[in-house]
Amino acid sequence: MTAVDERKIGGLGTSRKRVEDDRFIRGKGNYVDDIVLPGMLHMEILRSPVAHARIKSIDTSRAWEVPGVHLVLTGEMAATRNLAWMPTLSYDTQAVLATDKVRFQGQEVAVVVADDPYIAKDACELIDVEYEPLPALVTPEQAIAEGAPVIRDDKAGQDDNLIYTWEVGDKDGTDRAFEQADVISKLRLHYPRSHPSPIEPCGSVADFNRATGKLTVYMTTQAPHIVRAAVAMIAELPEHMIRIVAPDIGGGFGNKVPVYPGYVCSILCSILLERPVKWIEDKTGNLISTGFARDMYLDSEMALSKDGKILGVRIRADADHGAFYADAQPSKFKIGLLHSTFACYDIPNAHLMARGVYTNKAPGGVAYRCSFRVTEAMFFQERMMHAAANDLGMDQAEFRRRNLVRDDQFPYRTPFGFLLDSGQYHKCLEVGLKAIDYDNFREQQKQARARGRLLGLGISTMTEPLGAGNSREFDILGIKMFDSAELRVHPTGKALLRIGSKTQGQGHETTFAQIVSHELGIPADDIVVEHGDTDTAPFGMGTYASRSTPVAGAATAMVARKIRAKARAIAAHLLEASEEDVEWELGRFYLRSSPERGVTIQECAMAAYGNMPDGMEPGLEHHAYYDPPNMTWPFAVYIATVEVDPETGVWDVLKVVAVDDCGVRINPMIVEGQIMGGLTEAYAMSSMQFQTYDAEGNCIGSNYMDYLLPSAWETPGFELHSEVVTPSPHHPIGAKGIGECAAVGGPAAFVNAVMDAISHTGVRNIDMPLLPDRVWEALNQRRDVSGAPPVRAED
Amino acid sequence: MTVVHEEPTAGADVPTRRIRVTVNGVTKTVELEPRVLLVHLLRQALGLTGTHMGCDTTNCGACTVLVDGRPTKSCTMLAVQADGHEVRTVEGMSTPSELHPLQEGFKEEHGLQCGFCTPGMLMSAKALLENNPDPTEDEIRWALSGNLCRCTGYQNIVKAVQWAAHKMRGEQA
Ligand code: FES
Ligand code: FES
Repeated sequence: MTAVDERKIGGLGTSRKRVEDDRFIRGKGNYVDDIVLPGMLHMEILRSPVAHARIKSIDTSRAWEVPGVHLVLTGEMAATRNLAWMPTLSYDTQAVLATDKVRFQGQEVAVVVADDPYIAKDACELIDVEYEPLPALVTPEQAIAEGAPVIRDDKAGQDDNLIYTWEVGDKDGTDRAFEQADVISKLRLHYPRSHPSPIEPCGSVADFNRATGKLTVYMTTQAPHIVRAAVAMIAELPEHMIRIVAPDIGGGFGNKVPVYPGYVCSILCSILLERPVKWIEDKTGNLISTGFARDMYLDSEMALSKDGKILGVRIRADADHGAFYADAQPSKFKIGLLHSTFACYDIPNAHLMARGVYTNKAPGGVAYRCSFRVTEAMFFQERMMHAAANDLGMDQAEFRRRNLVRDDQFPYRTPFGFLLDSGQYHKCLEVGLKAIDYDNFREQQKQARARGRLLGLGISTMTEPLGAGNSREFDILGIKMFDSAELRVHPTGKALLRIGSKTQGQGHETTFAQIVSHELGIPADDIVVEHGDTDTAPFGMGTYASRSTPVAGAATAMVARKIRAKARAIAAHLLEASEEDVEWELGRFYLRSSPERGVTIQECAMAAYGNMPDGMEPGLEHHAYYDPPNMTWPFAVYIATVEVDPETGVWDVLKVVAVDDCGVRINPMIVEGQIMGGLTEAYAMSSMQFQTYDAEGNCIGSNYMDYLLPSAWETPGFELHSEVVTPSPHHPIGAKGIGECAAVGGPAAFVNAVMDAISHTGVRNIDMPLLPDRVWEALNQRRDVSGAPPVRAED
Repeated sequence: MTVVHEEPTAGADVPTRRIRVTVNGVTKTVELEPRVLLVHLLRQALGLTGTHMGCDTTNCGACTVLVDGRPTKSCTMLAVQADGHEVRTVEGMSTPSELHPLQEGFKEEHGLQCGFCTPGMLMSAKALLENNPDPTEDEIRWALSGNLCRCTGYQNIVKAVQWAAHKMRGEQA
C-alpha cells in the first residue's frame, strides 16, 4: 500500500469536471422560480414611475375588485406591522413600501397577491397613486449644492444629502511629498453606474406555517445566514423559526447580497395570508431597483520624481449611493476597501478623502464582482498610472517596473495600512509583456500610425484584498466575517461536507470536495457538498468579495484536519501503536517502523463507528470556524491591444492577455472559467454596459435593449497564463481567490488601450463605456469626454 | 398521451382557448387564456422548468426552445401560436441513459457556471448543428448571439459546441 494518487481522486490541482453540471445540462436545476408549493399565490410589485415625489394618495379599491386578488398591500398597511421601513446592511434605513415620498424611479409603492402573476399584474395597473413631483437630484454635485431639497427628510437631523465623510492615510506626509515632486500628474473621472445583472432576476417563495410558527423562505441570496439574521430583526420573528434556503442561483455577482423590499413583502404577505407567496422580479424591476455598483467620481493627483518614482498620491472620491445607503459591506469601512488603491506599488505617502451622498437613484453600491469598491480603486489606479507615465514621457511598462513592490519587500505594508501577504509582481509583468510581444507591438504601432491606423496597447497591473475578513476589522451588522465548514465521514468512508458559503455558479459543490480530498485522501466523488440551507449549513457570511475560497475554503481544510487528527488516534489503536509512531501519507496512516503496515482513512472511518479506542467518543465528524489572519492578495496583469477606427470611433479588440497569480489553484478549469467570465464583464464595462439617468431621474438602462451586455459575437477571445504561482503564506492550502480579479483589473486594460491608440490627440480621459460616439468626439474635438449624468437630450 | 387541463382563472370570466401542441414528442391538449406566453405554458402548466426566463424583452435567450426545429424565444410567443406545432425543450434532449453530445460537451469544456443560460444555449446550438455540422468559430458565435451568458465569457461555450460537433460528425462517419 502506498499513498493515494491525488490526481486520480480529483484532489487539489485537478481540473475535475463539475458535479453540478449534471443537473443543469438536463434542465433539472432547481432555481427559485422552479419551486411550486401547494396553495401558492403570486405577488407583483407596483413601482414608482417618477424619481422624486410626495405621495398624496393611494387608492387600491379597483385592484381589490379584480377576481383572483387576495391582497393589496401598501406602505400604510405595512406600517401597522412596523414594516414600512427596514434597516440596511450599512446602518441606514430603507423603505419597504413608500409611505411619505418616493425617492427613486422604480421604488416599491404597493404589492398585489393573486392566484397567478397575470392577475397580480393586471391589478397593479388598477392602483391609483397621486404624486406631487419634487425636483430630482441625479449627481452628487446637485445633491450637495446649496438649497438642494433634502431627499431623506424621513431621518431626524438629516438636513442635507450628505451620508458620510471618511478619511484615511497620512495627510501631512502626502502634502510634503507633493512639495518635493518634480512632476504632478492629475486625473478626474467618473466610474459609471453599473448593474451586476445576473441573467436570473431576484425572487422568493415565502411560506409561513401558522401551525408550526415556522417561516421558510426560498430565495435568490448569496448570503442566507445574513438574511436570516436580518429577517429576525426586521420581521421580529425568532431566528430559530426562520429557515432561509438558497437553491440554485442563476448568477449573483453581488446583486443577490442585500435584502430587498420584494423579499420582505413576500414574507409579510405569506404571514398575512397564511399561504406560500412567490415573487419573481421582472428584468426591469431588477435593473432599476436592486443593488447597483460603482457610480463614483474620482479625482486625484500623483507626485512624481523625474526618474519615475511615485512619491505620493492624493485622492478624493464622491460616491453616489442613491436614495438609501444600502451597501453590503463591512461596517468599519464607509466606502468599502477603496483605500486598497495603489496597493501593488511601493508608494511612501497617500491620503484619501471620501464622501457619500444621497441622490434620487436606486440604492446600492454593492460589491459587483468586487471586494467592496476595489474595482473603482484599481480602475482609477491604472488609469492614473497610464496618465502619469505619459506625463513623464516614460514607457508604460517601464513606469510600472520602477514602482511595483519587489519580491523582497513582502510582507509589504501599504501607506493605507494593508499588509500584502506575498507575490511576484515583476515576474507576472514580464510574462504578460512577453505574451503580448510588447516591443514588437510598439514597433507595429509606430508603423501603423504612420499609415493613419490607430493601434493601442493598455496595461493593467493590480492586486486586491480578498477574503474579508479578520475579526479585528471586519463585521456586518456586528457579526464578524468568519466562515465555517462541517464534515461528517460516514462508516464506509464516504462524506458529507456542509459549508457556510453559497455558490451562484462558481462550482462549490465540485471544488470544496477537492479540498477535503487533498486533506484526507477520500476521493472527491465520495464527498457530497451541501450549502445554502440555514437549517443545515453552519453559520457563514455568504459568498461575495471572493471570500469563499479564502475563508470557507480555509475552514474546509481546517475541519478536514480535525477529522484527520481523530482518525490518527483511531489508526494508532488499530495498529496497536502509539500516535507518535504513526505517520500520514495521503489517504493512509502507517507505522514509521514498518511502512507496509497501515490503515486507510476509510478503515479508520469504519472503526470510528465500530472499533474505537476505549474512552473515545464514537463517530467521525467535526466543524470549524475560520477567522482569517489577513486578506489574501492575488496579483494580475491584464494587457489588451485594440485598433480604433478614426472615421467612426469604433474599436476592435486585437488580443487580450491575462496573467493571474492567485496562489494555489484548487481546480484550474474552474479558475480559468472565472477569469474569462471576469474579463468579459471588464470588456462589457469598458465598451457598452452602463446605467445613466436623465435630468428627471429616469433610469436609462432599465432593460436589455438599453442596458447592453456583450454576446458571444462581440466578446473577444482571451489568452490566459498561469505560470506564476505564489501561495498565500497564511492560507491553509495557499489559495488566494480569483472570482473577481479580471472584472476588477480588466476594464483599465481596455480603456488604456484605446487611450493609447488616440494618444496623439492629447486627450487624457474618456469616461466608460467607450462608446463609439465618445471616442469619435475625443478624436475630433480633441477634448476629454465625460459620461456623468444627466444624459444630454440628444443622447 | 398526457392530457393537461389548465383551469381558467379562479372566478374570472375569461375566455379560454383549447390548443394541441406536441412537446418533446408527446401531444397535449391544453385550455388556456389566449394571452398566456409559451414559456409559461411550458414552465407552469407542463412543469418543464428547464426553460428559464431571464428578461422581458426578447434579449437574453434563456427561454429559447425549438418550434418546428427553429430556435424561438418562448417569452415572445403566445402559447396559442404553438397550436398544432412541435416544441422541443432541454428536457427532450437526453434519454434517461444517454446525453446529447452538446450536453456532454458543455460539461467537458466547462461551458456553464450558474447554468441559467444553459438550456437556451443548448437549444440554439442544437439548431445550429442540425443545419451546419461543421461550423467555424464565427458561425458558432453568430448562432449563439441571441443568448446572453453572464458567467462564462463564451469561450468555453464555443469549445463545447465544437466538442459536440466533432463527436456528432464522428458518429455519422
Ligand atoms: S426570457 Fe426570453 S429572451 Fe429573455
Ligand atoms: S452560466 Fe450563468 S449565465 Fe451562463
